[in-house]
Amino acid sequence: MIRLRRIKKTYHVGTQYVHALAGIDLEIDDGEFLAIMGPSGSGKSTLMNIIGCLDRPSEGVYELDGINVSRLSDAQLAKIRNQRLGFVFQSFNLLPRMNALAQVALPLVYRGAANRNRVAMAALKMVGLENRADHKPTQLSGGQQQRVAIARALVGNPTIILADEPTGALDSRTSHDVMEIFRLLNEQRGITIAFVTHEPEVAAYTRRIVSVRDGLIVSDKPNIPVTQTLVPHHEPPHAPAAAPEARA
Amino acid sequence: MTLIDIFATSVAALRSNLLRTFLTMLGIIIGISAVIVLTAASEGAQQGVGDRIRGLGSNLMFIRPGAVTTGGVQGLPGSGPSLFLEDSNAIAAQNFEYIEGIASQGTAGGPGSPFPAQAIYRGQNVSTTLVGTEPSYQSVRDFYVASGRFISDDDVTKKALTVVLGANVAEKLFAGKDAVGESVRIAVGPGRFAIGFNFTVVGVMEKKGASTTGDQDDLVFVPLPSFQARVPFIRNPRGFTNVSQINIKLADRGEANRAKEEIGGLLRERHNVNEDDFTIQTQSELLSTATDVEQSLQVLVVSIALISLFVGGLGIMNIMLVSVTERTREIGIRKAIGAKRVDILLQFLVEAILVTLLGGLLGVAIGWGITRVLERGLDWDINLLVASFSLSVSDSSKYLLTPFWILVGLGVSAVTGLVAGVYPAWRASRLDPIEALRHE
Repeated sequence: MIRLRRIKKTYHVGTQYVHALAGIDLEIDDGEFLAIMGPSGSGKSTLMNIIGCLDRPSEGVYELDGINVSRLSDAQLAKIRNQRLGFVFQSFNLLPRMNALAQVALPLVYRGAANRNRVAMAALKMVGLENRADHKPTQLSGGQQQRVAIARALVGNPTIILADEPTGALDSRTSHDVMEIFRLLNEQRGITIAFVTHEPEVAAYTRRIVSVRDGLIVSDKPNIPVTQTLVPHHEPPHAPAAAPEARA
Repeated sequence: MTLIDIFATSVAALRSNLLRTFLTMLGIIIGISAVIVLTAASEGAQQGVGDRIRGLGSNLMFIRPGAVTTGGVQGLPGSGPSLFLEDSNAIAAQNFEYIEGIASQGTAGGPGSPFPAQAIYRGQNVSTTLVGTEPSYQSVRDFYVASGRFISDDDVTKKALTVVLGANVAEKLFAGKDAVGESVRIAVGPGRFAIGFNFTVVGVMEKKGASTTGDQDDLVFVPLPSFQARVPFIRNPRGFTNVSQINIKLADRGEANRAKEEIGGLLRERHNVNEDDFTIQTQSELLSTATDVEQSLQVLVVSIALISLFVGGLGIMNIMLVSVTERTREIGIRKAIGAKRVDILLQFLVEAILVTLLGGLLGVAIGWGITRVLERGLDWDINLLVASFSLSVSDSSKYLLTPFWILVGLGVSAVTGLVAGVYPAWRASRLDPIEALRHE
């Protein structure tokens, strides 16, 4: 249960104040699947970072499961990021010299959990990368890297997974794969999924779409999920029919 | 996060960029090995010089002629012809009860002398220091012949052309053959102005080693009157016998001050001067002078060592600062998935400790290796340094590794490594994760 009350975020740029968020009120219930949309500069990423406890609001109250997050210490915030939240970035944010299994196990290391590799392997399996466990990020495609990042976000068994433009760096085929994983996590495990996007095709997968403009929520509507928008756009990369003609 | 996790994380980070790790360690390796080599050389030289002065025998006192002032410029002690065999005889005639023995000597050739001296035998040719002295020299300087005999009273009376060779001279000229009975030509003077005479070898000295005034095994000894008669530019116009040094062996070291006073008084009276035209040095004074010189040498050497350590430290700081700053994004990622501030700090702390420790141990090992190599015969470096302070430390220079300087080296590099590695990590760990993540 996420509850934001009059959340503002103000940046100082020289002598000027820029209001990235100008007073956001938002509630997200457990088990929801929603997209936050808006043009660039609308403040949607800032909003997502605050919800993900990566950034702090300048004003307002953020309650996560009834806890006022703005009052927590650095260590308590780290614990929330580690145990309750999973965050997926547009640029994946994997550690460059670590193999996939170690990346996924990292949140468990900071938690001090046992059976790390087994749990991490199960998470990799869930995103279909169990045979890429010893690959480093440079040896993986963009879609595979983002799936590793998703596995890392869900390995700690969080109640909420947040994502900032998770498909922004991916083509529509792999974007579909990523949204399918999110849909399954939401439907089968009841994990709350909230992500930022500016692509309507991606937002169409969700059941709720929140629109942000100039740091304010301008619309908040339920949506009937569609799952077929992305797939027909092009063939799988290794389709046999495409090979000889493409070279000629 | 357990300690094993932190350790594993740090090791993985160090292994993932071996070049950077090596460059960081290089500063420490160079700094510490420099400290170790330089301080080992300085400590070794200090001990060596002390040993040599003590090796002269503990109860010695030396009288040397005073400095000559020419045109307002004061020369070195010993440059003036103001000490004579007659002075020595007068001291002996007083029968001071604290004098155990007395021996005068005149010297030509040797390090720093304007008159080079050479010993020549069948085309073999050795630089030497010609010492004219008396039979008592053996017991006063505690320096005896190994074969044959030393200069006798008879040699002195007859101004005989007899010579006793130092061990090195005999070795170089005769290469193991018996030298006694052979004839050696001794030439004194610069180049073609050298004047030479044939002397008969009557003995060879035992091996003694270096002293404060050069290697005693490079000396050759002749009777003092022969020396006086055969080396013309040392002749004294007043008919006295010039000597360059009177060696006095005291029966009791406790009498050194009284001896200095009474002998000084006697010499002033004989020379009819108010101001001393001679200097009297006891061995402890010599030792303390040498120690002073050594200490200033050590200050010099240690400053050089500390500067190189400091430069090494700057190298570590540079690479650490850059590497931690470029890893700000990594810190952001780690924080985003649940790393606490203390987890980040510990990771970088352990990384810095591992790098400095490993580099430090390598530095100690390399420094130790270098001292071993230098000790094995490449003794040019420290001897040059020591020679420029006019202390003679010849073939037996020692290197003394001291735990103190090893600890200082390790300590300084560890501190620089920690400061440089942990400070930027601490700064980055305080950022909100999103700010660290935005860092490019």
